[in-house]
Amino acid sequence: MIFRTLVATAIVGLSVSSATAALAQGTAAAADDATIAIVGATVHTAPGEVIESATIVIRDGRVRAVGANAAVPAGARRIEAAGKVVTAGFIEASSRLGLIEVSLEASTREGSFRGKGDDVDDVIHAAYRALDGYNPNSVAIPVARAGGVTSAVAAPQGGLVSGTGVWVTLLDGGPESARARSIIVPTVAMYASFGEASLDSAGGSRGMAIERLRQLFDDAREYDRRRAAYDRGQSREMIAGRLDLAAMVPVLQRRIPLVVRANRSSDILAALRLSLDSGVRVIIHGGTEAWMLAEQLAAANVGVLLDPTANLPGSFDRVYVREDAAKLLVDAGVTVAISTLGSAANVRTLRQLAGIAVANGLSHEQALAAVTSAPADLFDVDRGRIAVGQAADLVVWSGDPFELSTRAEQVLIGGVVQRDRSHQTLLRERYRTLPGAQP
Amino acid sequence: MRTPALVLTAAAVLWGCTPAQQSAGPQDPNAAADRGAGADGESAEVLDPAEFLPAAPADPSGDADPRVNASAPTLAIVGATVLTAAGQRFEPGLVVLEGGAIRYVGDADSSQIPAGASRIDATGKFVTPGVIDSHSHLGVYASPGVSAHEDGNEIVSPNTAGVRAEYGYWPQDPGIPRALAGGVTSALVLPGSANLVGGRGFTVVMRPGRTAGEVRFPRAPSTVKMACGENPKRVYGTKGGPFTRMGEYAAFRTKFRQAAEYALQWRMYERNREAFFKRRNDPDADANAAPMGAGPGAQGRAQRNRNIAPAPPARDLLLDTMAAILDGSALVQIHCYRADDIRQMVDIAEEFGFQIRSFHHALEAYKVRDQLVARDIAINTWADWWGFKMEAFDGIPENAALFTVSGGRAVIHSDSAIGIQRLNQEASKAMWAGRHAGLEISEDQALRWITANPAWVLGIDEYTGTLEAGKRADVVIWSQHPFSVYSKADIVIQAGAVMYDRSRGRPLTDFELGNSVPTQGATP
Repeated sequence: MIFRTLVATAIVGLSVSSATAALAQGTAAAADDATIAIVGATVHTAPGEVIESATIVIRDGRVRAVGANAAVPAGARRIEAAGKVVTAGFIEASSRLGLIEVSLEASTREGSFRGKGDDVDDVIHAAYRALDGYNPNSVAIPVARAGGVTSAVAAPQGGLVSGTGVWVTLLDGGPESARARSIIVPTVAMYASFGEASLDSAGGSRGMAIERLRQLFDDAREYDRRRAAYDRGQSREMIAGRLDLAAMVPVLQRRIPLVVRANRSSDILAALRLSLDSGVRVIIHGGTEAWMLAEQLAAANVGVLLDPTANLPGSFDRVYVREDAAKLLVDAGVTVAISTLGSAANVRTLRQLAGIAVANGLSHEQALAAVTSAPADLFDVDRGRIAVGQAADLVVWSGDPFELSTRAEQVLIGGVVQRDRSHQTLLRERYRTLPGAQP
Repeated sequence: MRTPALVLTAAAVLWGCTPAQQSAGPQDPNAAADRGAGADGESAEVLDPAEFLPAAPADPSGDADPRVNASAPTLAIVGATVLTAAGQRFEPGLVVLEGGAIRYVGDADSSQIPAGASRIDATGKFVTPGVIDSHSHLGVYASPGVSAHEDGNEIVSPNTAGVRAEYGYWPQDPGIPRALAGGVTSALVLPGSANLVGGRGFTVVMRPGRTAGEVRFPRAPSTVKMACGENPKRVYGTKGGPFTRMGEYAAFRTKFRQAAEYALQWRMYERNREAFFKRRNDPDADANAAPMGAGPGAQGRAQRNRNIAPAPPARDLLLDTMAAILDGSALVQIHCYRADDIRQMVDIAEEFGFQIRSFHHALEAYKVRDQLVARDIAINTWADWWGFKMEAFDGIPENAALFTVSGGRAVIHSDSAIGIQRLNQEASKAMWAGRHAGLEISEDQALRWITANPAWVLGIDEYTGTLEAGKRADVVIWSQHPFSVYSKADIVIQAGAVMYDRSRGRPLTDFELGNSVPTQGATP
């Protein structure tokens, strides 16, 4: 604990806004100077908005023109894409990318709290930032990118409050890939766990988890109102330390959402009540039984991150599970992001998950939204669409992005064409032909 | 090299017949009666200890022909594109099912439809063999995943070869109807990989049942699950070992040596027993001959005990399974990831003279594919799982494709209650990964990864796994090409009976009654 506190103190001086500004500059400076024109593709600028035989002009990392009649600037590098499909790069709304290299090796796991016991110091990690543990050179990133994923939220987990996640782009690794360029929003959301995931961190009681979170909200509000008194030691006993309380303030001010891991309808309802009572923006993570509360979630503007393949009654929190949950939620007006819900190695399957959601009732357009614009909207990040002025994160697909025969032929992040080169492609080439025979 | 060669020769002699086959006495009611009196006219009755002991546990797979189902209707599936997994594609084709078996597969030909057959109009749809998962823990790691449902790993000792997945199989696992709805008609349910030898597998027909016996795949041969690499040492490293791979491979060798000695004991017993009765029935036999393997003084004892047949060695269920590996009566299924681990197991198999049927997971099989293909050892792998542990770090999506173009028999397995629901998509991904890398994988080859090849791994390829006349009528009708992400199994047929019809919903398990979403399933 002491060590963590010291580290957090050392970096707390860097405010979020100045960090963001510095990062934005980094992105612009690092972008390819060349102008790129993607010509002839069927372009999904946003879900439901399709332009046939369109041209996309990219310069300085951003989309400068998009349309059927957009002119190709002289000297632009052309990417011929007739017969191809172009979408915004896919967004994995909940991953462990850059936080886990090899999940069974504890030494390679980051931001995964056990949060055992009744000691609240061990279960409230609000000040933890996945940003600080994020590795932009993870071996899993190029593999995820090959699946057409250009952005991801790398989120902490465990305990009652796990800390904040970071929104990253999956820029090509290597020494030249400055960490700063891949980090888009340093603290994009706070994470908490309800239901069975919280039992270990709340004395074996899901009710206690909710009570503790309410107390944390109260104390953080009190801290924020009377910081000077707090610093003089003239405040009541608080449930968490200073940095944890401070980290909750942006949540209470609705500057970042609170992502609540919950599956059982009663826990989702508790999160919903918390949202209505406190004004906190809530996003439900998992949400197996969220479809039962679809209308209420829509009314409260609470979004859901879900995995459309999770159709087993895998626990007593997930008994009322159904394959068409995504469709029921979206039809009710809930913003749904499709996600692997915490994968590192298999983020590349995101597009398959979207296709499976279509097979289970979602429209193609809704599913495309669920992996592009919806996660961008939920986390309030200006990505997920192809629009003039927006960062040029996009994918040239050989066909329907969800279909298994399709491949992401070109992946652009910040206007830069990314290499299709990973641990896996290099292994494949090394063993394409075998060395001398061993009997 | 000299020693292994000698051992091999010895093994071939010693392990020619199985302990199970050897326990002839109690299974032959006439044998004991014939032996009631000695050839020399002695009236004393012979005491045969074997008659007082239970038989060895045999595989209870039954002798019913899996291709026969008297109550199955005669069905004609018309209008669909038929993919046989046996090298053929008929578009449109016709599949006729009768009495539990496939009667006709081929081009549309109405003269092949028997009078009175029910027609299923599958125009625009696709028909394939039933999907077979060669690696599942359904029933032994059932949903909900509560501690009470942990019946897949007997984590008490690194070798629990005596246990069987069938003993732990809960035929009301809610994962079962979901797998069925994914087109799965049969699967190999395996013990987990915590142990070096986890126990025997259980080949099931994929549908809910009341008892495990009800869903046993008839005539399926016995299988054994073994595991190498990280798992056993992680589990037992601090519980007495093995702590390292060194310890694992030494432990395998120790146990196989013990099993060979055990098999030898049985072999000697059988020989002695045979000789005993031969002596009693043959007046010319040397009544004083010492039994095989007897020490000094045995001659006298043999004479005194001329009315007591030799007693069988103590039956050991663990060593029975190990001996079944050695004599080839159980198909060996080994969980291994790394190329060098795979080779270690191949070396052990050759040292002890047994055949490995297949490696499971085998993410690095592509690195040693030449060595596996040369030995006719299959692999079961995933389309794209990798990276979750060190031995999975070098997994690549082209593994199955590289293995296949090298002439090997590859299988796409699930090892997952989620993955088993879409093995068709997993095969598709692995096929496209290969094609995108310039490896020529045909649609039929990729379909075989989830049908004919797993049938071979399970040893039931004589009965199922392809659409060919005479095979068991395990058939799936897909809403569209099964390699599309949008495809769904519309109808799943097992031994000629429609077990799943998407328009009516999947069967609900007992657990789900009053405890699930009614619109998502149907009461059977």
